[in-house]
Amino acid sequence: MNDNIVIRVEGLTKQFGNFVAVNHISFDVSQGEIFGFLGANGAGKTTAMRMLCGLSVPTSGHATVAGYDVERQPELVKRNIGYMSQKFALYDDLTVTENLRLFGGIYRMSRRDIKLKTRQLLTELNLTNERNAMVRSLPLGWKQKLAFSLAIFHEPKIVFLDEPTGGVDPITRRQFWEMIYRAADRGITVFVTTHYMDEAEYCDRVSIMVDGHIKALDTPAMLKQMFNAPTMYDVFLALARQATRG
Amino acid sequence: MVLGYLISKEFKQMMRNIVLPVIFVLLPISVINVVPRIATQEIKHINFSVVDNDHSPLSERLVHKLAASPNFHLVGTFASYGQASATIDGGQADLIVEIQPDFERQLVVDGTAQVAVATNSVNGMKGSLSSGYVTQILADYSAQLRDEAGLDASNTRLARLNVEPRYLYNTTLDYKLYMVPALMAMILILICAFLPALNIVGEKEKGTIEQINVSPISKSQFVLSKLIPYTVVGLFMLTMAIALAWLIYGYWPSGSVWLIYVMAIAFVLVMSSLGLIVSNYSSTTQQAALLIFFFMMIFMHMSGMLTPIVSMPRWSQTLTLVNPMRYFMEAMRVIYLKPVGFAAVQEQFLRLCIMAAVLWTWAIASYRKTQA
Repeated sequence: MNDNIVIRVEGLTKQFGNFVAVNHISFDVSQGEIFGFLGANGAGKTTAMRMLCGLSVPTSGHATVAGYDVERQPELVKRNIGYMSQKFALYDDLTVTENLRLFGGIYRMSRRDIKLKTRQLLTELNLTNERNAMVRSLPLGWKQKLAFSLAIFHEPKIVFLDEPTGGVDPITRRQFWEMIYRAADRGITVFVTTHYMDEAEYCDRVSIMVDGHIKALDTPAMLKQMFNAPTMYDVFLALARQATRG
Repeated sequence: MVLGYLISKEFKQMMRNIVLPVIFVLLPISVINVVPRIATQEIKHINFSVVDNDHSPLSERLVHKLAASPNFHLVGTFASYGQASATIDGGQADLIVEIQPDFERQLVVDGTAQVAVATNSVNGMKGSLSSGYVTQILADYSAQLRDEAGLDASNTRLARLNVEPRYLYNTTLDYKLYMVPALMAMILILICAFLPALNIVGEKEKGTIEQINVSPISKSQFVLSKLIPYTVVGLFMLTMAIALAWLIYGYWPSGSVWLIYVMAIAFVLVMSSLGLIVSNYSSTTQQAALLIFFFMMIFMHMSGMLTPIVSMPRWSQTLTLVNPMRYFMEAMRVIYLKPVGFAAVQEQFLRLCIMAAVLWTWAIASYRKTQA
């Protein structure tokens, strides 16, 4: 298992002035794994994820993503990852197809590949009729599914999802997770933050951050056993109650 | 390749904006059509009141001569200065011409006489210009009187010095011809500084920049994808402005047209790079808009567009050396008014190129894909 580790984090720390947002976190993620990154608001999840994506420079510690150092080789990291931010970040004044073509082009996919994958994706998402609709006119659930598809459009090694299902209805959330599973089956590693504890159950392994530290990291089953809790919700409550900030 | 995708995205967004394409067309039309007609420094209608204390044939002739001038309009003749002054207070008149009681006698006996001119100088420019006009007419009148009296210029102390100016390049002293090239520069600065300033910061506000920052796009590609569309739009508007100036006023550059485009590309690169720098440092579009507005106001007023640079204080003349608008405006006026080649504007061109290189590098450096 050690030879196919795609994310390796050692003592990663981010400090803003006196505030330590992320405090010495360490963990490994293997290829094809669905890694749940949990924590209350303000626990430091997004900051940690932004460091792993090369959007933010670590104050100290090391992290390699897809074999590249996030601090020294952020552009090489970016070539190998997909990212879906908390806030919807596609161009809402471009159509569905235009967004796909743009990002396909940005990741240097060939014109043929872009065309082929676009057609395939539109069928898969049932968006063929909306392919020429402005993205802003789509309902939120569709937007989120499209944003995820776009994040893995160029077949990255790892995809980072920051609260991808916030505000989305249960049926769409379900479909969303089916898409995540399909991606993981193709060998894409999924690194996902969420506040929905039922989603935490779907992950292979889960880490729970409290006040910038990782307080627990294991499979959902092991965590429930450890904390003697019936659901992940109870595990989360037990840990999040220790928080002093936020 | 990647650049192609990015540029096509910028154009699509620009053309889908409800306002922008309309502005691109309306701005040159309204600026070139309207502004030269209203921003004129020629004074055409000067209303004047007369206080004739002499009531002689010679004083009456003077009043007729003034009233006959196309620029002057006689409001009325009044018995006292006080009454005439009331017409200025009331806004009916711009200046008073007061003729002394023994005007004719003094002229005949001494050969000189005095006329007092009082001007409303609330608008200093109009005041001094109109009193200048009166002085000219008076000089003309006295010359006429001397001719009639058969005085030879050589045997009088008031030897007549006849200046006959010959105006070069702008032979008819047409103020519009002077303003039109400057207005083209103004159109370019409005679009090519303002829009880029709002662009990157707009992507920050919407959050779309995250998706760009997390991708392997190079910084220079991204910045270039923002510069090129505005350069194209700028040149399109310039072309419209040149065509309109020709259609409406019949003005065509005396120098070559391609020279205008060469200068314009350099200028647009400077201005849009500045806009992008402002955009990179701002965190809201409001900040960016105010900041670029600050630059635009200063650039325009210190460019020599309305007031000549040589009549500015020394410190401000020095400051204009780093004003890109100054160089472009100078070049535009030269190219429009003089039949010159590249040599005449090469200094301006070189300075714009240096500024463009510095600002473009700065624009790339100030765009950060990774936050510290």
